[in-house]
Amino acid sequence: METILFYVLAVVTLLSAVFVVFLRRPIHNVLFMILTMIGLATLFILLHAEFLAMVQIIVYAGAVMVLFLFVIMLLNLEEIDFPREPRPLRWGFGVILSLAFVVMLFPVIKRIAPTITSVGQSGDMAGAMSNLDLIARELFTTYLLPFEIASFLLLAAIIGTVVIGRKLTRN
Amino acid sequence: MMVTLEHYLVLSALLFAVGISGVMLRRNLIVILMSLELMLNAVNLSFVAFSRYLGSIEGQIFVLFVMVVAAAEVAVGLAIAVSVFRQRGTININDINLLKW
Repeated sequence: METILFYVLAVVTLLSAVFVVFLRRPIHNVLFMILTMIGLATLFILLHAEFLAMVQIIVYAGAVMVLFLFVIMLLNLEEIDFPREPRPLRWGFGVILSLAFVVMLFPVIKRIAPTITSVGQSGDMAGAMSNLDLIARELFTTYLLPFEIASFLLLAAIIGTVVIGRKLTRN
Repeated sequence: MMVTLEHYLVLSALLFAVGISGVMLRRNLIVILMSLELMLNAVNLSFVAFSRYLGSIEGQIFVLFVMVVAAAEVAVGLAIAVSVFRQRGTININDINLLKW
């Protein structure tokens, strides 16, 4: 059952990722990106990371993709002449290059994967605590400083976005 | 037959490769940003898979930080895209070569 579910989700996620890259209109790219995000969130649930699945849906499918849609809407696509995509030769070259990257990764995966065979139950995952409890406990004790730095990074991003997005007035 | 760590790692590698080809092939700035997101999500998937199969929660916490950085990156990147479009009237990266040479 889990195996079938994994394969279906993997196929859906990969196919929509391919559509994100290879479809021409940006609005279709964004919609397929949302499908990819939802597929990944379901894979997270399959991996017993329920909290991250919810965060994935809220942050990515909710906030980030809406941001993309807003920008596409703001840029008023009717007036943009779509960038002319490169010639088939370059497409083929690029696809071959990224496939070569995957082939390069396979030995690494083959090395790592056999050493970890079964689902690890040792340590903190084995307890009766829920996923959210575990994350919260670690985040607010061991990783408190990185958490604060992350909030600072978000503040910097907000200020940077406002400054960059401001309309320039020349006078 | 069980779903092993290898399955998730291969899926993650393939997603990452799709993202790379998007960055290399597309000329539209917004689609390139989306491909970057795709690559970050592929890495997130392998983090969560490792967290599950090693029985440790650290991977999931790192995914949270990756999400924070990705959100900040998207916000700033899209602001730059809007700003560039205002000044140049295009989001084709072939036309935006001010800093290229």
